[in-house]
Amino acid sequence: MIEKLGMYLQYPFVQYALIVGVLIALCSSLLGVTLVLRRFSFIGDGLSHVAFGAMAIASVLNLTNNMLLVLPITVVSAILLLRAGQNARIKGDAAIAMISVAALAFGYLIMNVFSTSTNLSGDVCSTLFGSTSILTLTKSEVWICTVLSIAVVVIFVLFYNKIFAVTFDESFAKATGTRAGAYNLLLAVIIAVIIVLAMNLVGSLLISALVIFPALSAMRLFKSFRSVTVCSALLSVVCAFLGIIVSILAGTPVGSTIVAVDVGAFLICYLFELIQGGICK
Amino acid sequence: MAFITARGLSLGYDGNVIVRDLDFTVDKGDYLCIVGENGSGKSTLMRTVLGLLPPVGGQLVIGDGLKANEIGYLPQQTAVQKDFPASVFEVVLSGCQGRCGVRPFYRKADKQLAEQNLARMGIASLRRRCYSELSGGQQQRVLLARALCATTKLLLLDEPVSGLDPKVTDEMYELIAKLHRDGTTVIMISHDVEAAVRYATRILHIGDTVFFGTTDEYRNSEIGGAFLSHGRGGDGK
Repeated sequence: MIEKLGMYLQYPFVQYALIVGVLIALCSSLLGVTLVLRRFSFIGDGLSHVAFGAMAIASVLNLTNNMLLVLPITVVSAILLLRAGQNARIKGDAAIAMISVAALAFGYLIMNVFSTSTNLSGDVCSTLFGSTSILTLTKSEVWICTVLSIAVVVIFVLFYNKIFAVTFDESFAKATGTRAGAYNLLLAVIIAVIIVLAMNLVGSLLISALVIFPALSAMRLFKSFRSVTVCSALLSVVCAFLGIIVSILAGTPVGSTIVAVDVGAFLICYLFELIQGGICK
Repeated sequence: MAFITARGLSLGYDGNVIVRDLDFTVDKGDYLCIVGENGSGKSTLMRTVLGLLPPVGGQLVIGDGLKANEIGYLPQQTAVQKDFPASVFEVVLSGCQGRCGVRPFYRKADKQLAEQNLARMGIASLRRRCYSELSGGQQQRVLLARALCATTKLLLLDEPVSGLDPKVTDEMYELIAKLHRDGTTVIMISHDVEAAVRYATRILHIGDTVFFGTTDEYRNSEIGGAFLSHGRGGDGK
């Protein structure tokens, strides 16, 4: 089995998949902590469906680089959703559900009506579940992903204290002179970027798992913001790595295997919490 | 000039006016208590003073060397904080955030200030504990320490004793009174009119009738008398 693995690791497409997978897992888990705490767990799901809808439009329009359309649309939706969360007629979870379902329906509708492809259900399936796209990455895609991931991590580290202050108590932060609105906007943009990136990896249906599971697992074990953030990043990277390896060896779909490993890690952490009552008070 | 001067101030949000024509001042060294029934606009007034809501009409002037972001704030507990993984020290330190501006990390001086305020609130031993696992009184002390990290000039306290048991309530009032004696100007929103007249130097009563004056004036006023006797079960002083 080790030999088989060694052989696979020689292939550039396997190396690319590992690099991109680990980087995306890292980014999504960093933001997952603040999203879960703000009760925005489902934003990954909602935004990825928006990205799916945008992708459908892009493919119908025959754009050579569909990122040019997908990214701006997703960013705008993220900003609208996070702003609406504060004081809107339609509250956070309902707004996300609405946008998510509507984008999914329209995306499929557009693809169906204007489709140029002969394998429509295959196309839809791979966009939703990201079945093989991570194994067909090109070198330039890997570079884009690496650069954006590094940017996300650097921004997160630089704004870590501000993200904590704004997440813990937005009113207090605002009242004492922190520009909470600006940081919320920044978060929305980063989240949208990560989701568009992550669609390549696990497809739009499973992005929520990458955002939620590492954060929730880490919260079982640790009780301070810093240790939860670090633990969630580590867990996410390890799970993504293991998931990709297992999927290559066992020939299972990459996205769902990663999520399965994440779920397994969560269950272990949950059991640990039950037994220990949490460590590092 | 006073720290805060309100002239003909009207408050509200989403186009609804809740309170009209409010006049009051908060001078350096005051302990102002804002009392009134539920829904009379106490929290709206506080949010307006903090700059979280724009005034609907009239003027709210902040002066006497006080800057708009030098108002410390003790908010009511939010739902998010109930299961938030944060250590006490992280929460207290975040009070220094407003002064950081664009600087990404805290300075050594910020951390020292956080340590001092932990000690001042008598919770230095809790610094590594998880905030959400503390008792209500301990959590309020943590949030007070955080507010003191933001400023020691003016503190706004929104129902600081709600949900606390009587003993802890008294401790909390004493703690606030001590901060006031040490030179911090205090504005407190309260249901507890009894405690308000015991500790505050000035009272602002909002509702159908508006009253602003010293605590003694309030005791002798019609509205204050009515509220106080009601609070004592109508023993009619």
